[in-house]
Amino acid sequence: MDSVAAEREILIAIQNVTYSYGYGDVLKDISFPINQEDFLAIIGPNGSGKTTLLKIILGLLKPRLGKVKIMGKTVEEFADWKKIGYIPQQATHIDSLFPVSVKEVVAMGIPSSRWFLRRTREEEGRISRSLQQVGMEKYNNRRIGNLSAGQQQRVFIARALANHPKILMLDEPTTGVDAQTQGHFFEMLHRLNREEGITIVLITHEVGIINKHVAQVACLNQTLVYHGSHDEFCRSDEFKRMLADGHHLVSHHH
Amino acid sequence: MEAFFLYGFLQRAFLAGIFVAIACALLGIFLILRRDAMIGHGLAHVTFAGVALGLFLNVMPLVVALFVAVAASLVIMKLKVKAGLHGDTAIAIFSSVGFALGILLVTLSQSFNVDLFSYLFGEILAIEAAEVLFSIVLAFVVVLLIVANYHKFMYMTFDRESAKASGVKVERLDSLLTVLTAVTVVLGMKVVGILLVSALMVIPAAAGLQVASSFKQAIIYSICISVISVVFGLVFAFLLDLPASGSIVILSFLAFGILFVFGRARR
Repeated sequence: MDSVAAEREILIAIQNVTYSYGYGDVLKDISFPINQEDFLAIIGPNGSGKTTLLKIILGLLKPRLGKVKIMGKTVEEFADWKKIGYIPQQATHIDSLFPVSVKEVVAMGIPSSRWFLRRTREEEGRISRSLQQVGMEKYNNRRIGNLSAGQQQRVFIARALANHPKILMLDEPTTGVDAQTQGHFFEMLHRLNREEGITIVLITHEVGIINKHVAQVACLNQTLVYHGSHDEFCRSDEFKRMLADGHHLVSHHH
Repeated sequence: MEAFFLYGFLQRAFLAGIFVAIACALLGIFLILRRDAMIGHGLAHVTFAGVALGLFLNVMPLVVALFVAVAASLVIMKLKVKAGLHGDTAIAIFSSVGFALGILLVTLSQSFNVDLFSYLFGEILAIEAAEVLFSIVLAFVVVLLIVANYHKFMYMTFDRESAKASGVKVERLDSLLTVLTAVTVVLGMKVVGILLVSALMVIPAAAGLQVASSFKQAIIYSICISVISVVFGLVFAFLLDLPASGSIVILSFLAFGILFVFGRARR
């Protein structure tokens, strides 16, 4: 696995990143690469800095020390953000009364090349194809607030896919989603990873969702506790310790 | 109907009213969904200070008001983002201080007169040809800029963080939207007056939102309700000798009431 990884292009290089919100470091000296076609899960307990790291990669937060390079460029130099599909945590950030249809959500990610609401045929094609890729083509005109959490998640992925991203970054994608839907969801991500060659990065606090589709694991707890293949991770002491602790296995109890 | 062709003042009122109604309705949708519905109200009060300053200096009150409103809108936005004032605090402070300043200036310039009241309560049936042109051009620019940034505005209103992550310059667009709001408040002032201008920005949009299932629908409904309210408000005002501003706002409120009930029933 690792020998294959070495041949693949490094998409994102996280180099000695340290971040603090003003009271001690949330992230301390984090370094690891994200390679092309990785299927990486960044795991760690609540407050371990996962979301912070994701936001640093996306340029939404600036690290105190260290830097992130995306396709060889620093976050400041990098301009092609459409190639990075970001899917934020759903439950917290969607206004369920917002009047916007599924199709409009997907379309908002595509900069308009034509006047007002008009779209070129190519753009229309991108919208319907990306909805097909996530199996949501039948919901075109439904209001986003009327869909289940899992369906909303798929629509947001479609929005990212419409720009032909190289990478998808998902923040806690399976919160509030039942086990069966979760299974389908991972199969879909797996397909995008295998067939379209899209790199997948997801963050989660549940060790339980790390399954056969996840190829790499980065385990965070202020510092980088572990980074490597999924199989090795399952044999590691860190994994056993987390399982023994138990509280990361089930969903969210504060 | 004959009157419409007979009286130039009616044509002017309809023309300016319709253009301003469209700008208000379009902007209103974004303001409400950004939870910024009160900004129009606050800026209207600041606009009063601008009008008073214009009357005091004896230069075109409409133009002075425009500059004052735009400047204030940017300061309010900066205060909200940078100074960490809670929610609407900046709006609340500016709105009352603006009105206080206005009262002082108006008293100092001894212009407590009909002219002032026309700014406070709107006097669209008395709108001058130059003001019509001014209103139409500015309303057109407002609509044009919103349309040109339509998808970006929708994206950042719906999902600010993702918009930012995908490269949308949200801070710059925030400023643009704020400036457009200030301009529209000043335009709306001519139609319904300082005291009711926020109604024209909020009520038709709120009405449209009751029944819309897509963003496009929300915008179309909102514009229709706004234009219909202005047109029929003017008709009633002319025929029944009522104040245009009050008629327009009450009509749009009726539309809101009907759609509110209809929207609940359908849900």
